[in-house]
Amino acid sequence: MNINATIFGQAITFAILIWFTMKFVWPPIVAALEERARKIADGLAAAERGKQDLAQAEQRSNEALNEARAKAAEIIALSEKRRNEIIEEAREEAKVEADRVKSQAQAEVAQEILRAKETLRDQVADLVVSGAEKILRREINAQAHSELLTAIRAEL
Amino acid sequence: MSESAGHSTSEYIQHHLTNLQEGHGFWTFNIDTLVTSALLGLLVFGLFAWVARKATSGVPGKLQAAIEIVLEMVQTQVKDTFHGDSGAVAPLALTIFVWVFTLNAMDLLPVDLMPMIMGAFGVHHWKAVPTTDPNLTFAMSLTVFFLIYFYNIKVKKLGGFMHEVLTAPFGAKMAPFNLLFRVVEDLAKPVSLALRLFGNMYAGEMVFILIALLPVYLQWILGAPWAIFHILIITLQAFIFMILTIIYLSMAHESH
Repeated sequence: MNINATIFGQAITFAILIWFTMKFVWPPIVAALEERARKIADGLAAAERGKQDLAQAEQRSNEALNEARAKAAEIIALSEKRRNEIIEEAREEAKVEADRVKSQAQAEVAQEILRAKETLRDQVADLVVSGAEKILRREINAQAHSELLTAIRAEL
Repeated sequence: MSESAGHSTSEYIQHHLTNLQEGHGFWTFNIDTLVTSALLGLLVFGLFAWVARKATSGVPGKLQAAIEIVLEMVQTQVKDTFHGDSGAVAPLALTIFVWVFTLNAMDLLPVDLMPMIMGAFGVHHWKAVPTTDPNLTFAMSLTVFFLIYFYNIKVKKLGGFMHEVLTAPFGAKMAPFNLLFRVVEDLAKPVSLALRLFGNMYAGEMVFILIALLPVYLQWILGAPWAIFHILIITLQAFIFMILTIIYLSMAHESH
């Protein structure tokens, strides 16, 4: 173990290396490490934000879906109601129409009956007159009694 | 130990423990220590700087990720230990850890490899592991020592520092003892830092040299386990040097 001037040379080399590390090695690497740490933190924050955004969007979409569902149910209920109304109206109309047709038919029937009665009466009158004529022909003058016969016919 | 064919065992060991030297007396330079440590420092910190320059905050490459792991380890240690403005301390700790680890790692090369390669170029002595040279370990620990005093005086000012030296830990009445304690404590710091690293690496290197003296077909039995164990040692020694530096500088920032 002998100490000699080498110690100065080594001290100088050591000092230069310390200076070199302080200037060129340490700062860039530490800066890169800090930058990376910042980037990672930012990335994590962004992920967290993304997660929140997703949750919000999900909630919004759920709300929209529920709203749409409610609206659809409302529309269905409305249309059902409307259908019932339409059916009711149709029924009403049909009834009115049926009544009208029925009363018309009744009127026609009544008229028909009246006309048949008329015809029948005419025929009965003719029959009666001709029967009476046959009975009376032998003893009654047709001319003398025609006035009476016309009166009878009118009465029938 | 092919190289030592004509030599005795002690000559072989002696050969491996001799630095390549230039100069006389104190003004001698251990060329191998200086060149190896400077080249490795240039290489590894050049690599770090290159990666740092194109460091991305996005997905890192494997090399960047590996360097980030080392850097974050150092940063965590500094944050845990050092309370205060750690501006210069963290890069200093990284420098110590990476440099000491790299220099220690030279220990894992076969003991004869570097001397053989340099021998081929006509260089007769070459100690491959710079941390087995106390000049290097003392240079580092004395730099740390200088920084301890620099921060002591910068943070507490000269008056506050002198006050602390004279009154802690026994109070103002025992000032001479406090001063004596402080001198011993502060001297122990660089000496223990330097000698711990030097001693561990020197002893490890010595064991590798002794293993190399075994017959070729037996060397792996001891060599492989020792090398694997040494991976732990070199990392641990680099870590200890770094963590103690952080602690000493932390103490320099805090008042008693």
